[in-house]
Amino acid sequence: MVHRLEIANRPRLADPRGAAVVATVRGFLGLSIDRVRTRDVYRIDADLTDAEALRVLHEFVDPVAQHGALSRLEDGPFDVAVTVALKPGVTDPVGKSARVCVEDTLGRTLPAGAAVYTSTLYLLDGVSAAAAERIAVACLANPLIQTIRVEPYAAWRASRVDLTVPKVLPHATPAVERIDLSGSDDALDAVSSTRLLALSLAEMKAIRDHFARRGTPPTDVELECLAQTWSEHCKHKIFGATVTHREPGRPPERIRSLFSTYIRGATEAIGAPWLVSVFHDNAGVVAFDDRDHLVYKVETHNSPSALDPYGGAITGIVGVNRDPFGTGRGAELLANVWGYCFGPPAFDGTLPHGLLHPRRIRDGVHQGVIDGGNQSGIPYGRGWELFDARFLGKPLVFCGTVGRLPVTIAGTPGWEKPVTPGDRIVMVGGRIGADGIHGATFSSAALDESAPIQAVQIGDPITQKRMFDFLLEARDLGLYASITDNGAGGLSSSVGEMAKASGGARIDLSRAPLKYAGLAPWEIFLSEAQERMTLAVPERNVAAFLALAGRREVEATVLGTFTDSGRLEVAYGDESVASLDMTFLHEGNPDLDLVATWEPRRYDEPAGPPPADLAATLLAMLARLNLASNETKARHYDHEVKGLTVVKPWVGVGADVPAEATVFLARHGARRGYVLSEGVNPFYSDIDTYAMAQSVVDEAVRKQLSAGARLDRIALLDNFCWPDPVRSAATPDGEHKMAQLVRACRGLFDLTRAYAAPLVSGKDSMKNDSTMGGVKISVPPTLLVSALGQIDDVLGAVTLDPKREGDVVYLLGTTADETGGSEYFRLRGELDGLRPAMGEPAPYVGNAVPRVDPAVTLPLYRALEKAIRAGLVRSACTPARGGLAIALARCAMAGEVGLDLDLDAAPDLAALPPDVALYAESNGRFVVTVAPDDAAAFESLLEGSACRRLGCVTGDRWLRATLGGSRRIELPVAALKAAYKETLAHV
Amino acid sequence: MSEPRVLIVTGLGLNCEAETEAAFAMAGALPEKVHLLDLLDGTAPRKLADYPLLAFIGGFSFGDHLGAGSVFANKIRWRLYDDLLAFIERGGLALGVCNGFQTMVRLGVLPGLDGEYRTPRATLAPNERPGYRDAWVTLGFDPASPCLWTRGIDTLELPSRHGEGKFLTEPEVAERLTRDRLVVARYMGPDGAPTQEWPHNPNGSPGAVAGICDPSGRLFGLMPHPDAYLYPFHHPQWMRRKLSGSLPGEGGGLRIFRNGVRAAKDAR
Repeated sequence: MVHRLEIANRPRLADPRGAAVVATVRGFLGLSIDRVRTRDVYRIDADLTDAEALRVLHEFVDPVAQHGALSRLEDGPFDVAVTVALKPGVTDPVGKSARVCVEDTLGRTLPAGAAVYTSTLYLLDGVSAAAAERIAVACLANPLIQTIRVEPYAAWRASRVDLTVPKVLPHATPAVERIDLSGSDDALDAVSSTRLLALSLAEMKAIRDHFARRGTPPTDVELECLAQTWSEHCKHKIFGATVTHREPGRPPERIRSLFSTYIRGATEAIGAPWLVSVFHDNAGVVAFDDRDHLVYKVETHNSPSALDPYGGAITGIVGVNRDPFGTGRGAELLANVWGYCFGPPAFDGTLPHGLLHPRRIRDGVHQGVIDGGNQSGIPYGRGWELFDARFLGKPLVFCGTVGRLPVTIAGTPGWEKPVTPGDRIVMVGGRIGADGIHGATFSSAALDESAPIQAVQIGDPITQKRMFDFLLEARDLGLYASITDNGAGGLSSSVGEMAKASGGARIDLSRAPLKYAGLAPWEIFLSEAQERMTLAVPERNVAAFLALAGRREVEATVLGTFTDSGRLEVAYGDESVASLDMTFLHEGNPDLDLVATWEPRRYDEPAGPPPADLAATLLAMLARLNLASNETKARHYDHEVKGLTVVKPWVGVGADVPAEATVFLARHGARRGYVLSEGVNPFYSDIDTYAMAQSVVDEAVRKQLSAGARLDRIALLDNFCWPDPVRSAATPDGEHKMAQLVRACRGLFDLTRAYAAPLVSGKDSMKNDSTMGGVKISVPPTLLVSALGQIDDVLGAVTLDPKREGDVVYLLGTTADETGGSEYFRLRGELDGLRPAMGEPAPYVGNAVPRVDPAVTLPLYRALEKAIRAGLVRSACTPARGGLAIALARCAMAGEVGLDLDLDAAPDLAALPPDVALYAESNGRFVVTVAPDDAAAFESLLEGSACRRLGCVTGDRWLRATLGGSRRIELPVAALKAAYKETLAHV
Repeated sequence: MSEPRVLIVTGLGLNCEAETEAAFAMAGALPEKVHLLDLLDGTAPRKLADYPLLAFIGGFSFGDHLGAGSVFANKIRWRLYDDLLAFIERGGLALGVCNGFQTMVRLGVLPGLDGEYRTPRATLAPNERPGYRDAWVTLGFDPASPCLWTRGIDTLELPSRHGEGKFLTEPEVAERLTRDRLVVARYMGPDGAPTQEWPHNPNGSPGAVAGICDPSGRLFGLMPHPDAYLYPFHHPQWMRRKLSGSLPGEGGGLRIFRNGVRAAKDAR
């Protein structure tokens, strides 16, 4: 039978969780509500005796702060009760911990099938049942994964205590189907779409012909395995396609694979000797010091986050954690990064049906990555947010992780991961359920109402942390030979990939530990249930490996053996359910031929006169979503656990301005550090993705330099999030989007080579379109470039805040009339009362997008690197979004100092209209401060580069700037900070 | 004199083992990280009671599910309590930081009034402003407290990193703690006085309580992280201090570990 425990805070104590709900209901929904009390409900399905249940209750209740009862806790009336519980099969980490607590309390193990199910009870006062319904759906639960029960007080009193549990009942007896592919083209398409295979007709035909040659039709296991191995998500078909590219005034060109031509092409051309392993493992590996290599990977988890922001995002962060951990023989995780593109949180237009409100998505995504990172004990190094209405359809959720991989593990190079025929296939970690089935093919499709519920997974950081702790022990004991993660495609992908190394594999799915019975073999093979790694364990080590796993209470199961048979052979018990030729599996998909046609657009520019008061304009700029402080959210992420953080994400006297780059140690007791920064600017893409790509590379590299990183050790990651660039009925402008991709790749290729900053890893997500409610919204082409740099001595690091009154302020680099895609132009559009149509860029876009000339920037960068190494630079800031004025404001706010500046000292600034000089976003610039005594030495080092002395740091905390002969800006730091902090302070 | 051994209990979601190990090593002790499950099933090289020093570290044991520290404390209560009490009786010194403090309070080891270490008399409840938050705070220490871990420390800046740090207890217990000077550390405002004001007091603890010890002064629990201020460059303003020549040789948090190790040596 089921026992129900209800636990609440003692009435005299506050209920912060309830208070938070009240605040959201009032602030977000604008509804009135008096009070919310919350209770934790545990339903224990374990046939306990009532006496045992009482002991458990006694153990669960905090005697000082809480009280509880079996079945129901009676403490006074309320208006409406809302019960939020998880749907069957949805991960319930709290229930898992509760089960442990029950077992420890009773001193016995609960039988298989027993479980603790958690739910939350909200007791609402001052609302109607109808309002409660609305509140429940808008704030308390996500119907996709949770059940909601709303009962007015009377009905609640009258109803019987709810002792039901969301147990998954076997929905089918495991069976294997053979799929008939002999039908017409339409029939083949139908198979692909009804099974959510996301395979093209050409691919379906290739599969049909392959099995026709074999003589037997494919099983569902074989078909699903092929579909997922060939999915865009895993195969990156667009980046591998042959592209015919057309541009105005140029002959068409044939490009064989954007990836090998431009991405790997650039890295090979650079040929940096400090690259250890790039492009073929789960993450890039670069040399760091004699003990450790550094490993870095950034991923996206966009589609799941659109459906279930919390679950999608926490899965994103704990998922990307497994990439460095699955690199080489396993890297210890050091730091996370996150970055999000959302719709405006205060969006008040009409949202297409089926889309969640951007504020809800933002809150959920943050909380998911906060919990995922904090509970894993990994500090965050970088965190940023961008806002644009074109992210209403699909948010972009970037999550990344840096790890340290020992140069040598158990006597052999740590990056090597040989798989030898005879090695056992061992799955470690969580159990397999229906969760996350079709995640790979799903993320390779546009978002629409038919999105499968199984595509939603919820990461469980604690289960994963315990698995990692165990695996690090096993790694250092040399118990396994190779490791990779179970992400997209689950076992079919991890085993399929590792089998490449040995030349084949044989696996029995009936051995796989399941969360519940009734999964078909193909579901077991493809499930993306989280917290699992797949390992190759030499036979001689299997016993020791399993024994250690047992002692750590981590589940590990031998599923099969790696072979050299050239085939991926899958059995379910005695029955063979798949036998795939490895070559066909990995190379059998037909090449994609794509056409790219670039159609540059002219955009409107502000016609009227510039704002008269440029100081007021500066305050308006600081308050804009894309420039304002997001410290309220960011402080919820731990940034110093592990004790290796040297330059924190928030710096300055008040620790309230984001660092240009953060600096970390890789080990205690060391002085050598690594440096994290990034560049991202989708706004430039509307004008020219070539300039966009160059700008984000330049921004990432400039931030590295400003913090004191070495120019010759900067590794870059590329993450492309594109709207579907394949022309089709749904995407008539596919050729232009493809051309935007080509030009972005060229921008990357040209500048990474010029800067000798190799790309070491990357990822692409090519279907970021939403067609909810019949409205199509596509994200702007977005390229995130993440930089991993190195600094010889962390005590030489530099931050953006001026540190001394009297120091000299310099502007390095030149400013041009480059306002296209600028934050300033979007402000001008708003001032002119313009609003973008749904899916369109916000006016004004403009046309003169910032560009980069490495012949000019590189000498400057080299000189600045010298100056910083010589200890001549006390602060360094990199003007980017918002331009020079924003950079100066950030310096003044961070240092809590005044700046007294004559911008006419820079001829390039004096020559421009004042508003352009202040807000143009030209690349290649720095604002630095230098001690007066060092000014001469500094200037001689910068000889030959644009280096202008603008003025000095003052003690009066006023930002003053003269331009065009008159004082344009005169503002107290307090006013700057107020404008900068207010926008996102309470959301 | 030889280096005293420190038992650092790890695993199950805890995550501050590396910095705690570094801290005790820098303080001249011999830290040993041992997985709790190895202590429970006896596969650990030593018994808990054989160590002079014990550290309950920060992290998210069992994800803070059922209340921070609860599930972890429950394991100890049912499977390791006698060892723990033997450790206390033999005069062992224990430090609990953040999740470790929560665990010690949940066990009843703190405040441990009248030699009663089995009954929880206090709790660390969710912050008044909900959610985990990472920001540095200033702590003021009671010079008259019997705490052996904080000797000679007057004030200390440390990062506060928790979601459940509001120290609550019955009025009479609170009174005892104040009277017996067991409230070792309080959150200080800019004026240098204990404060209820956020963010200086990050969780709304009545009386600004940040850390307490037991009457013997050997068992000490603290919410903010001394293990996160071992090096001078851990401090948010280290660059300014470097510029003004006032960068200390080591992080202020290390003093707590040095005190503990010294006390363990003296006790022998």
